[in-house]
Amino acid sequence: MPVEIDIEHVARLARLELTAEEKERLRAQLGLILEHAAKVGEVATAEVPPTAWAIPRVNVLRPDEPTPSLPVEEVLANAPEVEDDRFKVPKIVEVE
Amino acid sequence: MTEGRDLCDRSASELAELLRRGEASSVEVTRACLARMDALEPRLNAYLTRTDDLALEQAARADERIASGDAPAVAGIPLALKDVLSTRGVRTTCGSRILETYVPPFDCTPWARLSEAGSVLLGKTNCDEFAMGSSNENSAFGPVRNPWDLDRVPGGSSGGSAAAVAAGEAVWALGTDTGGSVRQPAALCGVVGLKPTYGLVSRYGLIAFASSLDTVGTFTRSVRDAAVLLQAIAGKDPMDATSLPDPVPDYLAALTGEVRGLRVGVITEAFGEGVQPAVAAGVRAAVDRLADLGADVGEVSLPHTDYALSAYYLIAPSEASSNLARYDGVRYGLRVEGRDSVEMMARTRGAGFGPEVKRRIMLGTYALSAGYYEAYYGQAQKVRTLIIRDYDAAFARYDVLVSPTSPTTAFRLGEKVDDPLAMYLSDVFTIPANLAGVPAISVPVGLDETGLPIGLQLTAPVLREDLLLRVADALERELALDLRCPAIAGQGQSGA
Repeated sequence: MPVEIDIEHVARLARLELTAEEKERLRAQLGLILEHAAKVGEVATAEVPPTAWAIPRVNVLRPDEPTPSLPVEEVLANAPEVEDDRFKVPKIVEVE
Repeated sequence: MTEGRDLCDRSASELAELLRRGEASSVEVTRACLARMDALEPRLNAYLTRTDDLALEQAARADERIASGDAPAVAGIPLALKDVLSTRGVRTTCGSRILETYVPPFDCTPWARLSEAGSVLLGKTNCDEFAMGSSNENSAFGPVRNPWDLDRVPGGSSGGSAAAVAAGEAVWALGTDTGGSVRQPAALCGVVGLKPTYGLVSRYGLIAFASSLDTVGTFTRSVRDAAVLLQAIAGKDPMDATSLPDPVPDYLAALTGEVRGLRVGVITEAFGEGVQPAVAAGVRAAVDRLADLGADVGEVSLPHTDYALSAYYLIAPSEASSNLARYDGVRYGLRVEGRDSVEMMARTRGAGFGPEVKRRIMLGTYALSAGYYEAYYGQAQKVRTLIIRDYDAAFARYDVLVSPTSPTTAFRLGEKVDDPLAMYLSDVFTIPANLAGVPAISVPVGLDETGLPIGLQLTAPVLREDLLLRVADALERELALDLRCPAIAGQGQSGA
């Protein structure tokens, strides 16, 4: 059976504005995809350990030496809005 | 064999020899590629950004270097890069509206190495948005068409790189492979596509999709070219903590043409329901040729193949939903204003991402959300362990494994766009190698009844690219196909 999803909740978590039509389509499509994906539960038993990385590497270290940073003006050149040497964002908290 | 072909249709190895002997110049080869782009781009749409001036400048410099007798193997050979690979000063869009005007302030390591070695950049190739797709129809800038049949898809997500190499719009190209995005389009466009071992090629500057699966791979016209291009980009990079420290072997030395006694395992599960009969027959016939050459051929089962697709479509979207959180309208890319930061982010992402990217972000966000994590993401990671065990068991008995690269040859534009599950099945044979981190290559083995290319996939154990290349090269020599796609058949000696 297709999986029932609270699309509004997931879209809020993903910070993704969706149209009513997109929500309807995603509700149907994700339900079917998840129904298929749930097959993983058929074979993934308790004694099988999970794998996050196929070729694990642990504690990859490099010498802690300062190297030149990217030029500030080149980095800021891609920003939608800049003030002085900073990225500018809309208001985050209300101030009295 | 390729006498009489335009310069832009020859293999890199053949061109390198012409350049070394002074019988052609890099500027001439580059002009031939640019002329081919002028002629075919209105139909193929393989490139999102062309870098003509830069290419001619780099070609002129390569010619000086070659004349001085001190030039690496890749010098002067024109290359295309998939538009998810960062290039300093050259727009990099990921096929997305959200990065339509993004200009990276640094080079990805593979291109930095090639550029250092005298490579020539023709431009950035079209792809599915953020490399998510199997048909290239998810690009925000229009689909790429397959040079073998303009009504068909080139495969995806690296469809532009595959089409460009097949059509002489580049001599070779780089793409990326997270679930088959190099091998599947290579198969559908009749070129060689290599996905190396996870971590063999640095991903610094590759714009991330699914970090535990992403690899940088090659598109070439011959297996020899794949060996040369891989040699130039492989090896440890301090900028990528996942890159492997192992020494890189001499891949050309692996091309001995000898497969006698080599154990070749044909994957039983890869010839079942849903595989186009001509594809199964083409791959089986090629395996028979390997047996003729003295390979020891047998059948092998990878019993969890069926579950790989399910696991992949939980793991990849989960990682994508996390990686793509960075597109928030603050540091780069599109911004759509809102009353506050949160509304600005949601509107920016709603306007900037296309349908498939939204689908995967939603899927991944759901699979990682409280209450569902164990049932989906956690279980998928266990399946990943089972897939790796399948390979371990298979490689205990066989040196390389064989399957079709994709269940079908190139399908029609629009055929699967409304059915995500049918589209996802296109990668059913390529996904397991990404989950296990093992290397795999797709080589053309013939055409189906409608004249579309069939790809055979070889898979080898971790860091055994030498084995892959050896078997693929032997097969290529034995088959001696002279593939020439219809899109270039009408092209004269333009620019050559």
